[in-house]
Amino acid sequence: MIVREPVPRAKPRSAVQRLGQATLGSVGEIGRAAMICVGAVAAMRHAFGKRSRGEIVRQLWQCALKSIPVVSVVAFFIGMILALQIGIELRVYNQESLTGSAVMASMLREMGPFMAGLVLAASVGAAMAAQVGTMMVNEEIAALEIMDIDPLRFLVMPRMVAMALTVPMMSFYTCALGVLGGAVVSHTQLAVPWATYFQNAMDFASMKALWVGLFKAFVFGFVIVTVSCYEGFRTSQGAVGVGRATRQSVVTNFLLILIVGYFVTRLFY
Amino acid sequence: MIRFENVTKVFGTRKVLDDVTYEIEKGEIFTIVGPSGTGKSVSLKHMIRLLTPTSGRVWVGDDCVSEATGRDLSRIRSRFGYLFQSGALLAWMDVYDNIALPLREKTRMTEGEIERRVMDALEKVGLEKDGAKFPSDLSGGMQKRAGLARAIVTEPEIVLYDEPTSGLDPVTSRRIDELIADLAGRLGITSVVVTHDLHSALSISSRIAMLGGGKVLSIQPPSDFIHSEIPQARAFLDAQYITRRGAWETKTGV
Repeated sequence: MIVREPVPRAKPRSAVQRLGQATLGSVGEIGRAAMICVGAVAAMRHAFGKRSRGEIVRQLWQCALKSIPVVSVVAFFIGMILALQIGIELRVYNQESLTGSAVMASMLREMGPFMAGLVLAASVGAAMAAQVGTMMVNEEIAALEIMDIDPLRFLVMPRMVAMALTVPMMSFYTCALGVLGGAVVSHTQLAVPWATYFQNAMDFASMKALWVGLFKAFVFGFVIVTVSCYEGFRTSQGAVGVGRATRQSVVTNFLLILIVGYFVTRLFY
Repeated sequence: MIRFENVTKVFGTRKVLDDVTYEIEKGEIFTIVGPSGTGKSVSLKHMIRLLTPTSGRVWVGDDCVSEATGRDLSRIRSRFGYLFQSGALLAWMDVYDNIALPLREKTRMTEGEIERRVMDALEKVGLEKDGAKFPSDLSGGMQKRAGLARAIVTEPEIVLYDEPTSGLDPVTSRRIDELIADLAGRLGITSVVVTHDLHSALSISSRIAMLGGGKVLSIQPPSDFIHSEIPQARAFLDAQYITRRGAWETKTGV
């Protein structure tokens, strides 16, 4: 799970061998990342312990409260952009009053969890990978292991609990603020009355869309922490390695949020 | 106490340890010296299974640490303290909490008992007034001393020291030497020290192992090591102005 030395492999002598080694390497990486996720979930039985509670609160502060400004700006402007683009098209058919419905449906089903996931992956996830990577390089993780303190319980679990709570909360917040941003544009640019916008929006707010969106965000929380900590744990080569881990965690998180998001949607619709 | 049996360690194509066999006795201060990249720190990491041998075995007492997993590995590791080169303190905790960490996580001590143990450890390394500082507020030497306090606070049977005096001023270096010798003498702690500082090695060691090219070139008590005719050892001694006549007699006559 924690990689300190590369797995020795023979030099590939053919394209097939190279492909085989790459496949085995990828499967190994997925396996190690899955073990981090499973190990942290198993460690959640300690989440109510006194010291774990303190660390979870500290992580909630780091993940949620410090992300509010950037999430707010992104959410508000996403709502405004959606309303503007949809409203312009609907105006052709004199249906701009339905803008609220479209914004609400988009935000609840996709944009809310999606944008919250991406923003938190880019900010909190990247910081997590950099912190764990730096700890790896500075031998702090090794020090924990020697003290027989499980890094999954001590480091990963509190972050996972915090992110599993934070991403759904931020997703809901993104939806609310996005709809509000859409209302501002609808009213000022498309001359849709406030009441009409919100009435239409609420008519299209289904509970199923809300719960599926929140579930998706919950899954994103696990994905972000697993990927970020995995990249952190495999960091080597000092500052260069920390930079590489941070970049790789953002790229992988973005891709996985897209892929996992699709499959969760497919599961429910 | 600690036994290397034909241990070979290969990183990629580079053989860092080559069929190494030696034994460290209980209660002794065993110092490993040698040029950079000859496997000194790698040897320490094998003793506590941060690295696994490519071939061969490492024993701690009757336990084969190189094959231990799960609870066995935890039990073996609980016998060790480890001072890292950098101190390896957790950046978000102050010095006091860093040192208290192993006691809080792995024992059922009350906060009062923990405080007594932590303050005692801090006093030993001369940091009794710095408990509230964060690692980023400490100099490199102070971080190392705090790391040492954390390594000894659990009163382990064996302490591994990775470059305990590098980057420290001479006065603090000698203080650390005295502390290592004191812990070994008073508490019977087995100490394994990796260092380039031969003054330190000659002062405190029971035996000195010279590594070179992945092999153990010699294992000798300091009184013999200072007269070593092995070229690598001689070069090492000469580079630190230590002549055959005495450990503290320098070429400049000081």
